[in-house]
Amino acid sequence: MASLPTTAAEIAAAVSSGSVTASEVLEQHLAAITARETDVHAFNLITTDTARQHASRIDADVAAGKPVGVLAGVPLALKDNMCTHGVETTCSSRILQGWKPPYDATVVQRLRDAGAIMVGKTNLDEFAMGSSTENSAFGPTKNPLDLSRVPGGSSGGSAAAVAAGFSAVSLGSDTGGSIRQPAALCGVVGVKPTYGLVSRYGLVAFASSLDQIGPFANTVYDAALVTEVIAGHDSMDSTSIPQPAPNLRSAVSQGVARMRIGRVTDLPGGAEPEVMQRLEDAFEVLAAAGAEIVDVTLPSIEYALTAYYLIAPAEASSNLARYDGVRYGLRAPASEVNAMYGATRAAGFGDEVKRRIMLGTYALSAGYFDAYYGKALKVRRLIADDFDRAYTQVDAILTPTSPMVAFPFGDKVEDPMAMYLCDVYTIPSNLAGHPAMSVPFGTGAHKLPVGIQIMAPALGEIPMFRVAGVLEDAARGLS
Amino acid sequence: MTDMLLHNGWELVVGLEVHVELATKTKLFSGSPNRFGDEPNTNIDPVTLGLPGALPVLNQHAVELAMRIGIALNCTVQASTFHRKNYFYPDMPKAYQISQYDQPLNVNGFLMLPGGVRIGVERAHLEEDTGKSTHIGGATGRIHGSEYSLIDFNRAGVPLVEIVSRPDIRTSEQARQYVTELRAILLAVGASDAKMEEGSMRVDANVSVRKPGAELGTRCEIKNVNSVRAVGRAIDYEARRQIDMIENGDRVRQETRHWDDGEGRTHTLRVKEDADDYRYFLEPDLVPLAPSAKWIQTVKDNMPPLPAARRAHLSAITGASEESEAVIVVVERGQDDYIHEVVAAGGDAGKALVFVQQAFADETAQPRVPAKDIAALTVMERDGKITSTQSKTLLAEIVANGGGDAVALAAAKGFEALDNSAAEKMVDDVIAAQPEAWAKYCAGEEKAMGALVGAIMKLSQGKADGKVVTAILQARRTA
Repeated sequence: MASLPTTAAEIAAAVSSGSVTASEVLEQHLAAITARETDVHAFNLITTDTARQHASRIDADVAAGKPVGVLAGVPLALKDNMCTHGVETTCSSRILQGWKPPYDATVVQRLRDAGAIMVGKTNLDEFAMGSSTENSAFGPTKNPLDLSRVPGGSSGGSAAAVAAGFSAVSLGSDTGGSIRQPAALCGVVGVKPTYGLVSRYGLVAFASSLDQIGPFANTVYDAALVTEVIAGHDSMDSTSIPQPAPNLRSAVSQGVARMRIGRVTDLPGGAEPEVMQRLEDAFEVLAAAGAEIVDVTLPSIEYALTAYYLIAPAEASSNLARYDGVRYGLRAPASEVNAMYGATRAAGFGDEVKRRIMLGTYALSAGYFDAYYGKALKVRRLIADDFDRAYTQVDAILTPTSPMVAFPFGDKVEDPMAMYLCDVYTIPSNLAGHPAMSVPFGTGAHKLPVGIQIMAPALGEIPMFRVAGVLEDAARGLS
Repeated sequence: MTDMLLHNGWELVVGLEVHVELATKTKLFSGSPNRFGDEPNTNIDPVTLGLPGALPVLNQHAVELAMRIGIALNCTVQASTFHRKNYFYPDMPKAYQISQYDQPLNVNGFLMLPGGVRIGVERAHLEEDTGKSTHIGGATGRIHGSEYSLIDFNRAGVPLVEIVSRPDIRTSEQARQYVTELRAILLAVGASDAKMEEGSMRVDANVSVRKPGAELGTRCEIKNVNSVRAVGRAIDYEARRQIDMIENGDRVRQETRHWDDGEGRTHTLRVKEDADDYRYFLEPDLVPLAPSAKWIQTVKDNMPPLPAARRAHLSAITGASEESEAVIVVVERGQDDYIHEVVAAGGDAGKALVFVQQAFADETAQPRVPAKDIAALTVMERDGKITSTQSKTLLAEIVANGGGDAVALAAAKGFEALDNSAAEKMVDDVIAAQPEAWAKYCAGEEKAMGALVGAIMKLSQGKADGKVVTAILQARRTA
């Protein structure tokens, strides 16, 4: 087989022009899945037949001279917490096993309209709660770069699918770092857009005020392309920002001349030394490209993790209450309704989900609300204020994405606090509702990839992608 | 006021919580129809069923109707928010109800009872209804002990406004008046069909007793009060129950009680200690509801006349008291406009009021009889062309036929009224013929009058006017 295009932009261009077919591109990706999926376990479900039908339709359209979308023929993997009409959507939980939604998530509809071809639904930590994909009820996903190590999480399957060449791009959801951290650990680009830029309609909720959908891709440009397709107002989501998608593709090559980039002087410690070295390298690259590096402080972010682990579980305890065995999903038999609730939820949820439901229920309870949930909301406000102050001085802020490179299975899964610390740098953006992304930038310990996180103010996707483009160019030189 | 006190000087204190279903086309947070009586589980969608990934979008028409209610109840319409009220129940699809909590849409209003008593309205807020459960088998009709339960989700998500009065009500009669007047207001502003028997208006009563001037007593909340009559009965029963307890040396427990209309008593439903902790928190899937000053003003400018004003107007043109049943009933049915039409067509206002009250009892909208036909009939009766008995016959015929010329109908039936001199002659003839009855009547036996009037009517072959005859008899007696 002749060498086929690999990036989403190249695939779409080639398929649209008729120089390659969507079916050829798809078969190449299905071959990669056949070769390695047994080892990697990126997917909960592979939709080979419908993908082939869809590719044939696109090829027929191209042959007939009909217009095709900007993602025509691009193989796509979807995190298995996004609703797909008639296709099982499990959140990697026994409680939803077998459930087929009667509707598509808004992002699914938009990607299909743009010509992307869904190859499967990817594995995740159950209900997106975790940082290693070890909390899946269906077994962990492995890091394609080192099968003894985790891919990160919770969107580990989507990160691994792109890293392994199973799909050109994929979607994840990011509540506290669930796109950016696995992107860093798998050496791909991952974007969490501004809260409200991408519709959450059809995303199975974990923590509604923090959840945001975003892409994984092999290039910054592809990530910009997919973000443009899924962004923009949706009347089905009341928190959707009422404005059209920004033009991000043009930002990727604009450079960073005269941009001000923040270095956080009071960043929480604990990152591996190689990771901190790559961050310094990144500042040097940006300075050399004409950016000004400015010291900023974010004094409240040391409390971000604590606040997050009250707010996110509180919302989760409410969002997950609907899994009661009455209308869909698992139902464990019992003699009366309250016993049925208990038996169903005991059998259907894994330990980490139960832990967070209990935490969140406690934090919202009468007599504890003010001391826990109420105080966490105040911290959230303080963190947003910190960012607002910092963004009067800078256009974007750089930190590591993850304190560590991909870690071995079993390393943290028995120690929730150690696992929670994986998200120490990513959580602040979720609390503030700001955009942030991870770009692969060299390697750390064990020659494993390091991701640099670029944070920007609300709707600051354009400066964020400018920085990402420069880092990506420099990283190509490193390798 | 001492005449309001119960026996032994106890004072009744009542506050009412009234839930009304809004007359919107669609549900509060989704596009499914809001329609009573359809096949079960046909007016549903992902939002109604609380399917994973579904999100609420606020129905703006529901907001407008809620504002109309607030404005009609003299409330301040303010910026508001939605909270989640978390609890498990099979007919609650998301396991939380979206409701307004500490920042309701309407606050600090009042309702004037027809007698001029002012009842404070603390708030009138928006929330969604639950589904409807039917528990099959078992003695109580409740979920516990039933064999199985059926749930109809058509009602789930129907918009409700909960109107909470202050504890300003002091008699069961005032409570009845409050519910009656509130219902008339809801109908007048088109916010609800307010049918207590169909559950589109539901009343809960908070009842306590105290000695005047003392602190408020412990209250019980009475549920399942499904008619205006039941409101009065339930409150009277509950007040008596509480007084008996206190006078027997017991204490009233704060609890929720169920009114059994058949037994005429209340039963314990649950005590306060068993109350759910609802873990209220701000609904993250919705944005604050802050109607603009312009929107509020537009709603105010388009408010229809309220029942009190309409009763005053009807009273002024008919001469009937504002508190007369005819005026209250006709305004409640919305038929006062029709009376204005009859008057405009030259009719007699006072007689039109009586005709409309009697002849159009089944109609809640405008009577389907040309106003000029009713006008003609009122004039014939007023001018003594026909008797009131004859006019009743003609009215029934005109209504049954959807209209008719009163003059022609009267002529066809040979209806005509006796003039006064003929009537007086007949009265004197009958007095002469029945001296015993006349003597009894003169001695004050009112029963004897019936015999005299009956004889006169017979003599006149129904052409005498009963009222005229009675007046002549009375005049003869006092002469």
